[in-house]
Amino acid sequence: MNRILTTAVSEFRIALRNRWVAIALVLMAVFSLVLSLAGSAPSGGLGVDRLSVTVASLTSLSVYLVPLLALLMSFDAIAGEVERGTLPLLLTYPVARIEVLLGKLLAHLSILALAVALGHGLAAGVAFAQDAQAAAGLAALWRLSWSSVLLGATFLGAGYAVSALARRPSGAAGLAIGLWLGLVVLYDLGLLAAVVADNGGWFTTEAFPFALLANPADAFRLFNLSASGAMGAAAGVGGAAAAIPVWQSMVPVLLWPLAALSLAALAFRKVTP
Amino acid sequence: MTSTLKILGLTKRFQGVDALTAVSFDVAAGERVALLGHNGAGKSTMMKIILGLTPATEGEVQVCGAAPGSAAARRQVAYLPENVAFHPALTGEEQLRHYLSLRGESPKLALDLLERVGLHAAARRRIGTYSKGMRQRVGLAQALIGHPRLLVLDEPTSGLDPVSRRDFYSLLDGLAAEGASILLSSHALTEVEARTDRILILSGGRLVATGSLGDLRRRADLPVTLHVTARNGHAPLIAQSLPGAIQVGGLLHLTCAQSQKLDVLGRIAGLGDKVADLEVLPPSLEDIYSHFSKRDGQ
Repeated sequence: MNRILTTAVSEFRIALRNRWVAIALVLMAVFSLVLSLAGSAPSGGLGVDRLSVTVASLTSLSVYLVPLLALLMSFDAIAGEVERGTLPLLLTYPVARIEVLLGKLLAHLSILALAVALGHGLAAGVAFAQDAQAAAGLAALWRLSWSSVLLGATFLGAGYAVSALARRPSGAAGLAIGLWLGLVVLYDLGLLAAVVADNGGWFTTEAFPFALLANPADAFRLFNLSASGAMGAAAGVGGAAAAIPVWQSMVPVLLWPLAALSLAALAFRKVTP
Repeated sequence: MTSTLKILGLTKRFQGVDALTAVSFDVAAGERVALLGHNGAGKSTMMKIILGLTPATEGEVQVCGAAPGSAAARRQVAYLPENVAFHPALTGEEQLRHYLSLRGESPKLALDLLERVGLHAAARRRIGTYSKGMRQRVGLAQALIGHPRLLVLDEPTSGLDPVSRRDFYSLLDGLAAEGASILLSSHALTEVEARTDRILILSGGRLVATGSLGDLRRRADLPVTLHVTARNGHAPLIAQSLPGAIQVGGLLHLTCAQSQKLDVLGRIAGLGDKVADLEVLPPSLEDIYSHFSKRDGQ
């Protein structure tokens, strides 16, 4: 445990000096503020409190921004150590590879958690300032916050796996961007195309909801939307959100971080310094 | 005497290329052993196998009674890699605090360690601003953590100035006196400065010589070179009485086997005041090293 903590402290310090902490905090704060101010405009007719509406916008923000930040922080984690030549020495220390990985995860995840807390805190502040009923949305905001951190853990794990597989920072960076584009942007476009082509057939009614759950980013979005039914109208996947019970969309949100981290551990084990 | 490191019939092949072939040796507790060889002779590969970073193809390696790379072995072995590197964003003190914690030692010892290697003043500067010699000292400081039983040092003196090199060897003497075994590698015999108990010479992945510096000197039996300076005009005369001498102006170069050295010296002394000066040059450390490391046709 001590070895994980000391690794985390070192990694946090490095992230602080490399400005990753500042970048993550500023990005989350700015986007959350912009969304909470802009997102409040169309809320009048819906009869929902401000904070719940803001949470719907923040969900979309998290889907894009949290995986991106996670991958940017993690792609260098192993490939960078290989390139700098610091890995052989580290691996002669009495520390297990999984402990190294967990230490880095702890540091990077706490940075993401800080960024999420700051962004969501600011958004909640704006909502409370504009609407006295905003407290009704606190449960949804809390759910969004912890699931955002889990989403970050998933993509951190994926980033470490990519970093161990590529072994060079440049290659790892390319793979990380590809992964983000594929899972966050192209996957949805592909599904959309399939749904259009299928025209209400078996794929749309049976397979589509599960295709969403198979992607950590979509599972996250689905979970947050289905958990608060009032927001169904706020996003295109509202239909699918209604078709899947909350517990079913929660399972992948909880399992994906473990799966991604196991993948990273496997890939890291294969690295010979 | 207990062996800290035992290597028996170690062979390593990389994609059909033999990096190491049937290497066997032991290192006793408190012994300082130098591993010499050209670039590519297999020194670093051997060290990586001892540390468990690379698996051996054949043969047996035991480190402090455990398998190389096992948790038990890693707790007792310290390593200083060739061209040691650290994260440039951390300070020397922070880096050492981290390494101390990884070995279960108190991070408060970081400043003491830096003081031992003469880096106390730069402790709070980022490693990115350090010179190569300073990084090498940080590397040495981390190798001193927690009284290791075996220190594996890959070209530890590269980048160090002569004074620091001297300090470094006296640090090693202290560690060896406390019972730590030391295995260090180098390109050349001159660099280990005869401050080691035993020398192993690797050439083309094979162990071609092992022994103390005196042993190696005797076994190589390299000829002694004599430079004789003749007094004005006597050079041709001296050349006649010293068969095999090469005359270069007023100077004569002569080589002879170790066993004939006294005999030749006697003859030169017999020439009396025809000789202005005499210089005896024993085979240099470089000569001895080349003799062994080139034997396999390198």
